[in-house]
Amino acid sequence: MANQYGDFAQIKLPPLKAKWIVTGIVVLVALYVVFSTFYSVKADEVGVILRFGRYIRITQPGLHLKLPFSIEKLYRVRIKHIFKEEFGFRTIRPGIRTEYAQAALLDESLMLTGDLNTAVVEWIVQYRVKNPVDYLFKVRNIGETIRNASEFAMREIVGDRSVTEVLTIGRIEIGTEVEKTMQQVLDSYQSGIHIVTAKLQDVNPPDPVKPAFNEVNEAKQEREKLINEAWQEYNRVIPQATGEAERTIRKAEGYALNRVNRANGDAQKFISIWQEYSKAKDVTRRRLYLEMMTDILPKIEKKYIIDSSQQGMLPFLDLTPKEIKEK
Amino acid sequence: MKTKKIATITIIVIVLLIVLASSLYTIRETEQVVITQFGRPVGSPVTRAGLHLKVPFVQKANYFEKRLLEWDGSPNQVPTSDKKYIWVDCFARWKIVDPLLFMQSVSTEAEAHARLDNIVDAAIRDLITKNLLIEVVRSSNREMELSEEEKDLLAIEEAAVKISLGREEITREILKQASVMVPQYGIELVDVRIKRINYVEEVRQKVYERMISERQRIAARYRSEGQGKRAEIEGEKEKELQRITSEAYRTAQEIIGKADAEAVRIYANAYNRDPEFYSFLKSLESYRATMDNNSWLLLTTEAEYLKYLKRGAEGR
Repeated sequence: MANQYGDFAQIKLPPLKAKWIVTGIVVLVALYVVFSTFYSVKADEVGVILRFGRYIRITQPGLHLKLPFSIEKLYRVRIKHIFKEEFGFRTIRPGIRTEYAQAALLDESLMLTGDLNTAVVEWIVQYRVKNPVDYLFKVRNIGETIRNASEFAMREIVGDRSVTEVLTIGRIEIGTEVEKTMQQVLDSYQSGIHIVTAKLQDVNPPDPVKPAFNEVNEAKQEREKLINEAWQEYNRVIPQATGEAERTIRKAEGYALNRVNRANGDAQKFISIWQEYSKAKDVTRRRLYLEMMTDILPKIEKKYIIDSSQQGMLPFLDLTPKEIKEK
Repeated sequence: MKTKKIATITIIVIVLLIVLASSLYTIRETEQVVITQFGRPVGSPVTRAGLHLKVPFVQKANYFEKRLLEWDGSPNQVPTSDKKYIWVDCFARWKIVDPLLFMQSVSTEAEAHARLDNIVDAAIRDLITKNLLIEVVRSSNREMELSEEEKDLLAIEEAAVKISLGREEITREILKQASVMVPQYGIELVDVRIKRINYVEEVRQKVYERMISERQRIAARYRSEGQGKRAEIEGEKEKELQRITSEAYRTAQEIIGKADAEAVRIYANAYNRDPEFYSFLKSLESYRATMDNNSWLLLTTEAEYLKYLKRGAEGR
């Protein structure tokens, strides 16, 4: 059978079959008309319709009609989608993104700071289409334009900041500034792009300088450690001293109470005795004197009573204490 | 006969279609067209998108871009006026504003790129070599935030120079200077920007060395600061200790002194009522306390105590 197809002389189209073919062609044409007339726009898109290359209208998501064939042409723009560009690094997703050579990436991320140092800055930019018509027709190679604008903006902003600001304190502010500058540039190109956000990712000193930066951090930690240790010692000693001081004061207060109470007691005792004494001075004096004598005389071993008329008694007395004599 | 007629009609239709196709042309939103007749331009360029008519066969539609076009220069090694060698990488955006002139002068985009390379590169070189590095890096005299230790340590004298132009102004100058040269090609230079600036390799190594030594100085400073701070805290501790103990001592002495004074007052107050009686009582008390078995007592009969012993009950 294959031979027959290859041999033109053998082919004879019966009239009936020709009719079938014509019908088939008509059906195909009709189908093509239908398919090139109806189109649907997905939820995150808008359709931009051009008639003979001229922009006519924008259609929202849903099923729509247009003039068939290439009279009206449909361009789809993913207006709700947020696109992302990475700078200085690449998310490796095989088939979609490929990793660039390392040197090329360093070119992208290495930049001069305002204090004439260098920093390796990685960042991302998210954007979406705000004007699909401008987006389609005003700028050629818009992806590259966005990347260029972003690199320019980042370097301009970083060029006005110190390396410390870029590495630490200024990160958020730099992102906002880049957003602003990029938007300004892209608007001046009528690109129809809206910058959603620009965010710094990893920001580092260049590799050869990194150890020195780490050393600074270590020294900082060391300083904190020394200070903490000193305070620790301070906090160990001072409360104890405060407690001891408190004890000294309490002791003094105790002494004071003791002293005053005793004085009051003594005074009161004296006053009481004196009050009674004043009522009978003479007899009381005598009584007190005699009581005292009665008390002490028994305790004294050596008592000598000498007549007042006797003279020169003393030399005869043995004044040596008893203990010594016994030896 | 019939087939012949059909064939004739078919041929006429085909010819008509060809003529039509040759006299109609479309322009897309992104394009503009110059009509030429045997290579000679006819009329003004057509920039309006849509379906247009021309004389068939004789006239030809030449399409040109209407969009903003990219230009990305290759990095140039340029010295600044303070003899710092840097790589400068710029990009530009341009468009064809006069397609007729464009067609006559450069005709293709590649050719236009070659011209732009010369013009823009020259402008960049001119302005970079005329300015200090700091002018190219910074775009304003904004006060940079530096950490405390950087402020007095770092070699930022160079960076502390006030700029008079700045990057923004310099790029504007580049654009201005380059723009003057391009209208002859039917081109408008919309924007020129510095994309990247970097030190050339040798300078970069030097900058790294400087950055390293700067950081090491900062680190050394942190360390000595830590030690200093520790000594300070230790001193503070000593002082605090002395203060606490001495204050306690003072307070205690004050309290004791006051109490003693109070006692003196109380005693004086009581004993002043009869000083004689007080000394009498105190003497008795004292005798009691001091006389013991080691004491000798010599009493003459004159003593009050022995009055009765000597003189009998009469006591006289």
